[in-house]
Amino acid sequence: MTARVGVVTFPGSLDDGDAARAVRIAGAEPVRLWHGEAQLHGVDAVVLPGGFAYGDYLRCGAIARFAPVMEKIIDAAGGGLPVLGICNGFQILCEAHLLPGALTRNQHLHFRNRDQSLRIEATGTAWTNTFQPGQEVLIPVKNGEGCYVAAPATLDELEAEGRVVARYVGGNPNGSQRDIAAITNQAGNVVGIMPHPEHAVEALTGPSLDGLGFFTSVLKHLVGAPA
Amino acid sequence: MPRVVVDVMLKPEILDPQGQAVANALPRLGVNDVATVRIGRRIEIDFTGEPDLDRAREIADKLLANPVIEDFTVRLAENDEPAETRP
Repeated sequence: MTARVGVVTFPGSLDDGDAARAVRIAGAEPVRLWHGEAQLHGVDAVVLPGGFAYGDYLRCGAIARFAPVMEKIIDAAGGGLPVLGICNGFQILCEAHLLPGALTRNQHLHFRNRDQSLRIEATGTAWTNTFQPGQEVLIPVKNGEGCYVAAPATLDELEAEGRVVARYVGGNPNGSQRDIAAITNQAGNVVGIMPHPEHAVEALTGPSLDGLGFFTSVLKHLVGAPA
Repeated sequence: MPRVVVDVMLKPEILDPQGQAVANALPRLGVNDVATVRIGRRIEIDFTGEPDLDRAREIADKLLANPVIEDFTVRLAENDEPAETRP
């Protein structure tokens, strides 16, 4: 049976269409989820896409975190549902305390939009199991508030537990501590990533096809996961 | 007016690029004696009934501030404190 991967649309989401497309190209069925509906429609995994949910008012992700659909996602993530937060989605996951730390204004204050090299360091997560440890990938980064910060003890814990999923290489685009581009929770089912794998799934529009690996990983994870 | 004021500031150890940008602009105004500028957020909450500091603290902790990067203080507005201060 085809895996069903939910893609949430918040007011202000921008990349939900591309995320759904990436899910489809990876071979799964995208299921559009609406922020105002406390319903997951039986999906096997969820993507929180990039954009500016609720206008990013107050702080990025601060209001989206309380959306009705998020209550369900937070519960289900605790039970092992794979959740990938991309850019604004990463910010929402941090605000929802599904991931530690926070994403703050880029240190240089500029919005940064470029193709970015990343090194995949954790390949045991639901979203990165098709990569090789240390593999370098090229995917677009585009953010104004992508500077990852956390208490030193939290950063040490992430490193010690192998929860730094990806690091920026060839230049840190936003000042993130320890060049962190993506992290995961202890169980490895929730991943937050600042760059955009969904924009690197087709030769016509992306700098590579490297982003596809995130979406094929979750399919592999779902096949291997106990029912 | 039963008003509670919440002030949210970035924790001292968190870089405040916005404050830095303002500080860097001050010399252009001829101001050369400012060491640092930190920028925060002031939130005014009007309760329908009596002002409730505990409730305001809960609101601040859950939504208004992100305790990972921000500190907040909660206080009752002074009676003579204007709702908006404009010159």
